[in-house]
Amino acid sequence: MTSAEGAPATWHAILRQALKDNDVRLVTYVPDNVLRPLLDGIHADPFFTAFPCAREEEAVGIVTGATMAGMRGVVMMQTSGFATLPNVLASLPVAFQVPVVMVVSERGTMGEFNPGQAIVCRTMRPILDSMGIEHHTMTRLDEAAFMADRTIRQAFATRWPACLIISPLLSGGRK
Amino acid sequence: MTDTTDNLHVMNRAALTKRLVAGLKNREAVIGGIGNSNWDLWGADKTRGENFYMLGSMGLAAPIAMGVALAQPKRRVFALEGDGSLLMQLGCLSTIAAQAVKNLCVVIWDNGIYQITGGQGTPAAAARTDIVAIARASGIAHASWAADEAEFDALIAKALATDGPHVIGVKIDNEPGRNQTDRDPIRFRESFMRAMAQPV
Repeated sequence: MTSAEGAPATWHAILRQALKDNDVRLVTYVPDNVLRPLLDGIHADPFFTAFPCAREEEAVGIVTGATMAGMRGVVMMQTSGFATLPNVLASLPVAFQVPVVMVVSERGTMGEFNPGQAIVCRTMRPILDSMGIEHHTMTRLDEAAFMADRTIRQAFATRWPACLIISPLLSGGRK
Repeated sequence: MTDTTDNLHVMNRAALTKRLVAGLKNREAVIGGIGNSNWDLWGADKTRGENFYMLGSMGLAAPIAMGVALAQPKRRVFALEGDGSLLMQLGCLSTIAAQAVKNLCVVIWDNGIYQITGGQGTPAAAARTDIVAIARASGIAHASWAADEAEFDALIAKALATDGPHVIGVKIDNEPGRNQTDRDPIRFRESFMRAMAQPV
Protein backbone atom coordinates (compact mmCIF):
# COMPACT_ATOMS: atom_id res chain seq x y z
CA MET A 1 0.00 0.00 0.00
CA THR A 2 1.36 3.41 -0.93
CA SER A 3 0.29 6.99 -0.30
CA ALA A 4 -0.55 9.44 -3.09
CA GLU A 5 3.07 10.60 -3.17
CA GLY A 6 4.26 7.05 -3.70
CA ALA A 7 5.86 6.64 -0.28
CA PRO A 8 4.81 3.51 1.63
CA ALA A 9 1.76 4.20 3.80
CA THR A 10 2.23 3.72 7.53
CA TRP A 11 -0.36 2.83 10.18
CA HIS A 12 0.25 6.11 11.93
CA ALA A 13 -0.19 8.24 8.79
CA ILE A 14 -3.40 6.37 8.04
CA LEU A 15 -4.74 6.89 11.56
CA ARG A 16 -3.79 10.56 11.56
CA GLN A 17 -5.65 11.01 8.28
CA ALA A 18 -8.74 9.22 9.61
CA LEU A 19 -8.82 11.61 12.58
CA LYS A 20 -8.59 14.60 10.22
CA ASP A 21 -11.25 13.24 7.89
CA ASN A 22 -13.61 13.03 10.88
CA ASP A 23 -12.70 16.48 12.21
CA VAL A 24 -11.12 15.11 15.40
CA ARG A 25 -8.90 18.03 16.40
CA LEU A 26 -8.14 17.52 20.08
CA VAL A 27 -5.63 14.82 21.02
CA THR A 28 -4.96 14.13 24.72
CA TYR A 29 -2.57 11.36 25.63
CA VAL A 30 -0.30 9.70 28.12
CA PRO A 31 2.91 9.02 26.19
CA ASP A 32 3.83 5.61 24.86
CA ASN A 33 6.75 4.33 22.84
CA VAL A 34 4.68 2.55 20.20
CA LEU A 35 2.46 5.62 19.71
CA ARG A 36 5.46 7.87 19.25
CA PRO A 37 5.37 8.16 15.43
CA LEU A 38 1.62 8.86 15.58
CA LEU A 39 2.05 11.50 18.28
CA ASP A 40 5.04 13.06 16.50
CA GLY A 41 3.00 13.37 13.30
CA ILE A 42 0.07 14.87 15.19
CA HIS A 43 2.27 17.42 16.98
CA ALA A 44 3.81 18.41 13.63
CA ASP A 45 0.38 19.02 12.08
CA PRO A 46 -1.25 22.38 12.96
CA PHE A 47 -4.69 20.84 12.38
CA PHE A 48 -4.42 19.26 15.84
CA THR A 49 -4.34 20.58 19.40
CA ALA A 50 -2.32 17.91 21.20
CA PHE A 51 -0.84 17.66 24.68
CA PRO A 52 0.10 15.07 27.32
CA CYS A 53 -1.93 14.59 30.51
CA ALA A 54 -0.79 13.36 33.90
CA ARG A 55 -3.28 10.52 33.88
CA GLU A 56 -5.61 8.78 31.42
CA GLU A 57 -8.72 9.63 33.47
CA GLU A 58 -7.95 13.29 33.12
CA ALA A 59 -7.54 12.91 29.35
CA VAL A 60 -11.01 11.31 29.13
CA GLY A 61 -12.48 14.19 31.15
CA ILE A 62 -10.93 16.82 28.89
CA VAL A 63 -12.11 15.13 25.69
CA THR A 64 -15.61 14.66 27.14
CA GLY A 65 -15.85 18.36 27.96
CA ALA A 66 -14.49 19.45 24.59
CA THR A 67 -16.82 17.12 22.69
CA MET A 68 -19.87 18.48 24.51
CA ALA A 69 -18.70 21.99 23.59
CA GLY A 70 -18.30 21.15 19.89
CA MET A 71 -14.67 20.08 19.50
CA ARG A 72 -14.13 16.41 18.76
CA GLY A 73 -11.28 14.62 20.50
CA VAL A 74 -9.39 11.38 20.96
CA VAL A 75 -7.54 9.88 23.95
CA MET A 76 -4.35 7.92 23.26
CA MET A 77 -2.68 5.59 25.74
CA GLN A 78 -1.03 2.24 26.40
CA THR A 79 -2.85 -0.91 27.54
CA SER A 80 -1.90 -0.49 31.21
CA GLY A 81 -3.18 3.11 31.10
CA PHE A 82 -6.50 1.92 29.73
CA ALA A 83 -6.82 -0.35 32.75
CA THR A 84 -7.06 2.73 35.01
CA LEU A 85 -10.26 3.88 33.25
CA PRO A 86 -13.31 1.66 34.00
CA ASN A 87 -14.96 3.95 36.57
CA VAL A 88 -14.68 7.14 34.54
CA LEU A 89 -15.71 5.43 31.29
CA ALA A 90 -18.80 3.98 32.94
CA SER A 91 -19.85 7.14 34.74
CA LEU A 92 -18.90 9.78 32.17
CA PRO A 93 -18.78 9.06 28.41
CA VAL A 94 -20.88 5.89 28.59
CA ALA A 95 -23.50 7.17 31.06
CA PHE A 96 -23.77 10.55 29.33
CA GLN A 97 -23.41 9.07 25.81
CA VAL A 98 -20.49 11.22 24.71
CA PRO A 99 -18.44 9.85 21.78
CA VAL A 100 -14.95 9.71 23.27
CA VAL A 101 -12.67 7.91 20.81
CA MET A 102 -9.75 5.99 22.31
CA VAL A 103 -6.59 4.69 20.65
CA VAL A 104 -4.72 2.07 22.70
CA SER A 105 -1.35 0.64 21.75
CA GLU A 106 -1.47 -2.98 22.78
CA ARG A 107 1.21 -4.26 25.12
CA GLY A 108 1.22 -7.51 27.04
CA THR A 109 0.88 -9.91 24.15
CA MET A 110 3.03 -11.49 21.43
CA GLY A 111 6.40 -11.44 23.09
CA GLU A 112 5.77 -9.36 26.23
CA PHE A 113 8.57 -9.64 28.78
CA ASN A 114 6.79 -7.97 31.70
CA PRO A 115 4.33 -10.27 33.56
CA GLY A 116 2.31 -7.30 34.87
CA GLN A 117 1.72 -6.01 31.35
CA ALA A 118 0.71 -9.49 30.18
CA ILE A 119 -1.92 -9.80 32.92
CA VAL A 120 -3.35 -6.30 32.61
CA CYS A 121 -3.65 -6.73 28.83
CA ARG A 122 -6.19 -9.53 29.39
CA THR A 123 -8.50 -7.11 31.23
CA MET A 124 -8.83 -4.66 28.34
CA ARG A 125 -11.33 -6.32 26.01
CA PRO A 126 -13.57 -7.67 28.82
CA ILE A 127 -13.79 -4.12 30.23
CA LEU A 128 -14.72 -2.70 26.83
CA ASP A 129 -17.21 -5.50 26.16
CA SER A 130 -18.84 -5.13 29.57
CA MET A 131 -19.70 -1.49 28.82
CA GLY A 132 -20.77 -2.12 25.25
CA ILE A 133 -17.90 -0.02 23.89
CA GLU A 134 -17.21 -1.08 20.32
CA HIS A 135 -13.56 -1.92 19.77
CA HIS A 136 -11.55 -3.10 16.82
CA THR A 137 -8.01 -4.39 16.80
CA MET A 138 -5.95 -3.04 13.92
CA THR A 139 -3.60 -5.78 12.72
CA ARG A 140 -3.26 -5.18 8.95
CA LEU A 141 -2.15 -2.19 6.94
CA ASP A 142 -4.60 -2.91 4.11
CA GLU A 143 -7.56 -2.75 6.53
CA ALA A 144 -6.29 0.14 8.64
CA ALA A 145 -7.86 3.08 6.78
CA PHE A 146 -11.30 1.47 6.54
CA MET A 147 -11.31 0.29 10.15
CA ALA A 148 -10.11 3.59 11.59
CA ASP A 149 -12.42 5.79 9.53
CA ARG A 150 -15.53 3.69 10.06
CA THR A 151 -14.97 3.18 13.79
CA ILE A 152 -14.48 6.90 14.40
CA ARG A 153 -17.41 7.81 12.15
CA GLN A 154 -19.74 5.39 13.94
CA ALA A 155 -18.73 6.70 17.38
CA PHE A 156 -19.92 10.20 16.46
CA ALA A 157 -22.98 9.03 14.52
CA THR A 158 -24.20 6.88 17.43
CA ARG A 159 -22.87 9.10 20.27
CA TRP A 160 -21.02 6.28 21.95
CA PRO A 161 -17.35 5.82 22.92
CA ALA A 162 -15.20 3.57 20.71
CA CYS A 163 -11.74 2.10 20.94
CA LEU A 164 -9.12 1.29 18.31
CA ILE A 165 -6.48 -1.15 19.56
CA ILE A 166 -3.14 -1.01 17.75
CA SER A 167 -1.83 -4.59 17.64
CA PRO A 168 1.90 -5.38 17.62
CA LEU A 169 1.11 -7.13 14.32
CA LEU A 170 0.55 -3.67 12.83
CA SER A 171 2.93 -1.49 14.84
CA GLY A 172 5.78 -3.95 15.27
CA GLY A 173 5.26 -3.61 19.01
CA ARG A 174 7.77 -2.49 21.57
CA LYS A 175 11.29 -2.90 20.29
CA MET B 1 -5.91 38.24 47.38
CA THR B 2 -5.08 35.93 50.26
CA ASP B 3 -1.99 33.75 50.15
CA THR B 4 -2.25 31.68 53.30
CA THR B 5 -4.91 29.75 55.15
CA ASP B 6 -4.51 31.85 58.32
CA ASN B 7 -7.61 33.84 59.27
CA LEU B 8 -9.81 32.47 56.52
CA HIS B 9 -13.50 32.95 57.17
CA VAL B 10 -15.43 29.68 56.94
CA MET B 11 -18.19 30.11 54.36
CA ASN B 12 -21.16 28.15 53.04
CA ARG B 13 -21.03 26.30 49.73
CA ALA B 14 -24.74 26.58 48.91
CA ALA B 15 -24.79 30.32 49.56
CA LEU B 16 -21.63 30.98 47.54
CA THR B 17 -22.75 28.79 44.64
CA LYS B 18 -25.99 30.77 44.50
CA ARG B 19 -23.99 34.00 44.60
CA LEU B 20 -21.66 32.83 41.81
CA VAL B 21 -24.39 31.61 39.48
CA ALA B 22 -26.53 34.71 40.01
CA GLY B 23 -23.63 36.87 38.83
CA LEU B 24 -23.06 35.04 35.53
CA LYS B 25 -24.38 37.11 32.62
CA ASN B 26 -22.64 35.71 29.54
CA ARG B 27 -23.69 32.06 29.35
CA GLU B 28 -20.65 30.94 31.30
CA ALA B 29 -20.33 27.16 31.63
CA VAL B 30 -20.28 25.73 35.17
CA ILE B 31 -19.17 22.14 35.78
CA GLY B 32 -20.21 20.73 39.14
CA GLY B 33 -18.08 18.03 40.76
CA ILE B 34 -19.42 14.83 42.29
CA GLY B 35 -21.91 15.00 45.18
CA ASN B 36 -22.46 18.17 47.13
CA SER B 37 -20.70 20.49 44.65
CA ASN B 38 -23.22 19.29 42.10
CA TRP B 39 -26.21 19.36 44.38
CA ASP B 40 -25.64 22.94 45.44
CA LEU B 41 -25.20 23.92 41.79
CA TRP B 42 -28.53 22.24 41.07
CA GLY B 43 -30.04 24.09 44.03
CA ALA B 44 -28.64 27.41 42.82
CA ASP B 45 -30.47 27.25 39.46
CA LYS B 46 -31.56 23.93 38.02
CA THR B 47 -33.05 25.61 34.95
CA ARG B 48 -29.65 26.85 33.77
CA GLY B 49 -28.58 24.91 30.66
CA GLU B 50 -24.93 25.94 31.02
CA ASN B 51 -24.62 23.88 34.21
CA PHE B 52 -23.22 20.36 33.88
CA TYR B 53 -23.75 17.85 36.66
CA MET B 54 -21.10 15.15 36.77
CA LEU B 55 -22.11 11.73 38.05
CA GLY B 56 -19.41 9.38 39.31
CA SER B 57 -16.08 10.37 37.80
CA MET B 58 -14.68 11.82 41.04
CA GLY B 59 -11.97 14.38 40.36
CA LEU B 60 -12.89 15.18 36.77
CA ALA B 61 -14.79 18.47 37.17
CA ALA B 62 -11.68 20.52 36.37
CA PRO B 63 -10.60 18.39 33.36
CA ILE B 64 -14.15 18.47 31.92
CA ALA B 65 -14.21 22.25 32.38
CA MET B 66 -10.78 22.48 30.75
CA GLY B 67 -12.10 20.61 27.71
CA VAL B 68 -15.06 22.98 27.41
CA ALA B 69 -12.70 25.95 27.75
CA LEU B 70 -10.35 24.65 25.04
CA ALA B 71 -13.24 24.04 22.65
CA GLN B 72 -14.72 27.50 23.23
CA PRO B 73 -12.01 30.06 24.04
CA LYS B 74 -14.52 32.95 24.14
CA ARG B 75 -16.69 31.37 26.84
CA ARG B 76 -15.69 31.60 30.50
CA VAL B 77 -15.79 28.21 32.19
CA PHE B 78 -15.95 27.37 35.91
CA ALA B 79 -15.29 24.07 37.66
CA LEU B 80 -16.72 23.67 41.18
CA GLU B 81 -14.70 20.94 42.86
CA GLY B 82 -14.33 19.56 46.37
CA ASP B 83 -10.96 19.30 48.09
CA GLY B 84 -11.23 15.50 48.36
CA SER B 85 -12.10 15.24 44.68
CA LEU B 86 -9.21 17.41 43.59
CA LEU B 87 -6.86 15.31 45.72
CA MET B 88 -7.73 12.39 43.45
CA GLN B 89 -6.55 14.26 40.37
CA LEU B 90 -3.91 16.77 41.45
CA GLY B 91 -2.01 16.20 38.22
CA CYS B 92 -4.71 18.07 36.33
CA LEU B 93 -3.43 21.32 37.85
CA SER B 94 -0.15 20.87 35.96
CA THR B 95 -2.03 20.04 32.77
CA ILE B 96 -4.15 23.19 33.13
CA ALA B 97 -1.05 25.28 33.85
CA ALA B 98 0.88 23.74 30.94
CA GLN B 99 -1.87 24.61 28.48
CA ALA B 100 -2.36 28.05 30.08
CA VAL B 101 -6.13 27.84 29.65
CA LYS B 102 -7.06 31.53 29.84
CA ASN B 103 -10.83 31.20 30.19
CA LEU B 104 -10.89 28.63 32.98
CA CYS B 105 -11.51 29.11 36.71
CA VAL B 106 -11.41 26.25 39.22
CA VAL B 107 -13.22 26.91 42.51
CA ILE B 108 -12.17 24.52 45.30
CA TRP B 109 -14.66 24.00 48.13
CA ASP B 110 -12.40 22.94 51.01
CA ASN B 111 -14.01 21.50 54.15
CA GLY B 112 -11.29 18.91 54.78
CA ILE B 113 -13.75 16.03 54.81
CA TYR B 114 -15.34 13.42 52.58
CA GLN B 115 -18.74 14.80 53.50
CA ILE B 116 -20.88 12.47 51.43
CA THR B 117 -19.39 9.26 52.82
CA GLY B 118 -19.89 10.29 56.43
CA GLY B 119 -17.57 13.20 57.06
CA GLN B 120 -14.26 11.35 57.38
CA GLY B 121 -11.24 13.65 57.29
CA THR B 122 -9.08 13.85 54.18
CA PRO B 123 -5.37 13.08 54.42
CA ALA B 124 -4.77 16.66 53.25
CA ALA B 125 -6.66 18.01 56.25
CA ALA B 126 -4.67 15.80 58.62
CA ALA B 127 -1.43 17.01 57.04
CA ARG B 128 -2.59 20.66 56.85
CA THR B 129 -1.95 20.60 53.11
CA ASP B 130 -2.54 23.98 51.46
CA ILE B 131 -4.37 23.15 48.24
CA VAL B 132 -4.06 26.66 46.80
CA ALA B 133 -0.32 26.52 47.37
CA ILE B 134 -0.30 23.25 45.41
CA ALA B 135 -2.11 24.98 42.55
CA ARG B 136 0.43 27.81 42.58
CA ALA B 137 3.35 25.39 42.76
CA SER B 138 1.79 23.52 39.82
CA GLY B 139 2.25 26.67 37.75
CA ILE B 140 -1.09 28.44 38.16
CA ALA B 141 -0.02 31.95 39.14
CA HIS B 142 -3.55 33.25 39.72
CA ALA B 143 -4.37 30.99 42.64
CA SER B 144 -5.67 32.48 45.89
CA TRP B 145 -7.75 31.78 48.94
CA ALA B 146 -10.91 33.83 49.34
CA ALA B 147 -10.76 35.21 52.88
CA ASP B 148 -14.47 36.09 53.01
CA GLU B 149 -17.56 36.55 50.86
CA ALA B 150 -16.47 39.96 49.58
CA GLU B 151 -13.11 38.60 48.48
CA PHE B 152 -14.84 35.62 46.83
CA ASP B 153 -16.92 38.07 44.80
CA ALA B 154 -13.81 40.04 43.88
CA LEU B 155 -11.90 36.93 42.79
CA ILE B 156 -14.84 35.72 40.67
CA ALA B 157 -15.03 39.18 39.06
CA LYS B 158 -11.32 38.94 38.33
CA ALA B 159 -11.75 35.45 36.81
CA LEU B 160 -14.50 36.83 34.56
CA ALA B 161 -12.48 39.84 33.43
CA THR B 162 -8.83 38.75 33.21
CA ASP B 163 -6.82 35.94 31.63
CA GLY B 164 -6.41 32.78 33.70
CA PRO B 165 -6.22 30.03 34.50
CA HIS B 166 -7.60 31.00 37.90
CA VAL B 167 -7.92 28.92 41.06
CA ILE B 168 -10.00 30.14 44.00
CA GLY B 169 -9.82 28.25 47.30
CA VAL B 170 -12.71 28.59 49.74
CA LYS B 171 -12.87 27.19 53.27
CA ILE B 172 -16.42 25.95 53.74
CA ASP B 173 -18.49 24.55 56.59
CA ASN B 174 -19.80 20.99 56.92
CA GLU B 175 -23.36 21.64 55.83
CA PRO B 176 -24.45 18.90 53.40
CA GLY B 177 -25.96 19.76 50.03
CA ARG B 178 -29.65 20.59 50.40
CA ASN B 179 -30.88 19.42 47.01
CA GLN B 180 -30.04 16.29 45.07
CA THR B 181 -29.85 16.41 41.29
CA ASP B 182 -32.05 14.25 39.13
CA ARG B 183 -30.04 11.24 37.95
CA ASP B 184 -30.59 11.77 34.25
CA PRO B 185 -27.24 11.99 32.46
CA ILE B 186 -28.64 11.94 28.92
CA ARG B 187 -30.90 14.92 29.65
CA PHE B 188 -28.02 16.79 31.35
CA ARG B 189 -25.74 16.17 28.38
CA GLU B 190 -28.38 17.25 25.87
CA SER B 191 -29.32 20.45 27.67
CA PHE B 192 -25.65 21.31 28.26
CA MET B 193 -24.77 20.73 24.59
CA ARG B 194 -27.74 22.84 23.47
CA ALA B 195 -26.55 25.64 25.76
CA MET B 196 -22.96 25.32 24.52
CA ALA B 197 -24.24 25.70 20.94
CA GLN B 198 -25.50 29.20 21.82
CA PRO B 199 -22.94 31.90 21.02
CA VAL B 200 -21.35 33.82 23.89
